[in-house]
Amino acid sequence: MRPPTPLTGEPTQRDIDAAMAEADRRPPPDPDHPDRDYPPYRSSALRHPKQAPLPVVDPEAVELTGPVFGVTDVSALDNDLTLGQTGEPAGQRITITGRVLDRTGRPLAGQLVEIWQANAAGRYAHDLDQHPAPLDPNFTGSGRCLTDSDGEYNFTTIRPGAYPWRNHLNAWRPAHIHFSLFGTAFTQRMVTQMYFPGDPLFPYDPVLRSVTDQSARDRLVAVYDHDLSLPEWTLGYRWDIVLGGPARTLFEDR
Amino acid sequence: MTPQPDPHPPGGHAPGWLPPTPAQTVGPFFGYALPFTGGGHIAGHGDPDTITVHGRVFDGASGPVPDALVEIWQADRDGCLAGAPGSLRHDQVTSEVVGRDGTAFTGFGRVPTDADGHWAVRTVAPGPHRPGATPYLAVAVFARGLLRHLYTRVYLPERADHVRADFPDLPAERLDTLLAVRERAGLYRFDIRLQGERETVFFDFC
Ligand SMILES: [Fe+3]
Repeated sequence: MRPPTPLTGEPTQRDIDAAMAEADRRPPPDPDHPDRDYPPYRSSALRHPKQAPLPVVDPEAVELTGPVFGVTDVSALDNDLTLGQTGEPAGQRITITGRVLDRTGRPLAGQLVEIWQANAAGRYAHDLDQHPAPLDPNFTGSGRCLTDSDGEYNFTTIRPGAYPWRNHLNAWRPAHIHFSLFGTAFTQRMVTQMYFPGDPLFPYDPVLRSVTDQSARDRLVAVYDHDLSLPEWTLGYRWDIVLGGPARTLFEDR
Repeated sequence: MTPQPDPHPPGGHAPGWLPPTPAQTVGPFFGYALPFTGGGHIAGHGDPDTITVHGRVFDGASGPVPDALVEIWQADRDGCLAGAPGSLRHDQVTSEVVGRDGTAFTGFGRVPTDADGHWAVRTVAPGPHRPGATPYLAVAVFARGLLRHLYTRVYLPERADHVRADFPDLPAERLDTLLAVRERAGLYRFDIRLQGERETVFFDFC
């Protein structure tokens, strides 16, 4: 373990708070999603296009279809991130389940759902995550599954820890799990993050707050579901996911 | 949270539709979760007529983006978009990803950029997906710092005239960002510039 090199001359939380308040006053082009130009998330500065995206009103079949996945793309134990090592990972075991829906509420069956996350101490099993929290030899933190006929996914994992990052002085990410989904059209492709209810770090985090509409932001937060908790085994969280995409993806006969 | 009908649907959407889950950045640490063995080998084993499409991802300071993920979705050489499953085929014993079996065309590729921002896929030139259509590779770009992924298209330079006809209002220097450059037989270069000079044309599908 190496002690961290202290940041110097970086923005403080107060600076970032001011930038987030400023961004809140400037509604994004699409209130359901972050504006790619979001100054409080400093890595976005050089990585967002300055030109407006070119609108395609009548998408081609290429974007109205997408890759498909099946039984060969997942193994049976891939949705249990607590397995596959010699011992049990440290931390609170949790179950996460929910449905993957399109915007008409239709469940999307057979969908590949991929997740990755930090361990209970807030450390990723990635060489570039060098913050001084322990790696867990019994937890790698990635998993995948296919949704069932009701569009439902299900993961068993451990609750990830909050972790520091170098966006600004004293920057901490609220605990979250990264999700990747496909849908039936390439334009429904989605990468997002699921958060845990009541996290005190929400107001300080420019990644979550890049979604400036409060009702949209709330949709990134799972709910604790006591009926999903299993006695002496896991705490249950429910998080449904709605894939967007252009209207044509919903009405196209396929 | 359980989705509720959208009380204030954004412009153009029918009331009662569910609002979408917002996007969030892929972050810097997707590398042990999303890339998979053979992710860039879209063409089948022994295919005699493959092409390689490669390039670098650059930021607004013309620096390489070493933590981007490039995904490709495309038709096969006959224009068929019924990609087979099996891109991420797993070994039944070890649960490791062993990659596609090389016989079925899945149409899907996924490659992380390297430390120099470089990516490459080996595939087949797509055929027209409908009579008269100009074929292309659909591309999604994810990166740390990118709060929502971006879409673009790789057109092969042999079709440049068709591409110009498809986008009559696009200035030539913008249009050029959608055209791969032929480096030699079967090798095409397609750089992705997220911002600034020669910024790639990205699409919004309405
Ligand atoms: Fe993260």
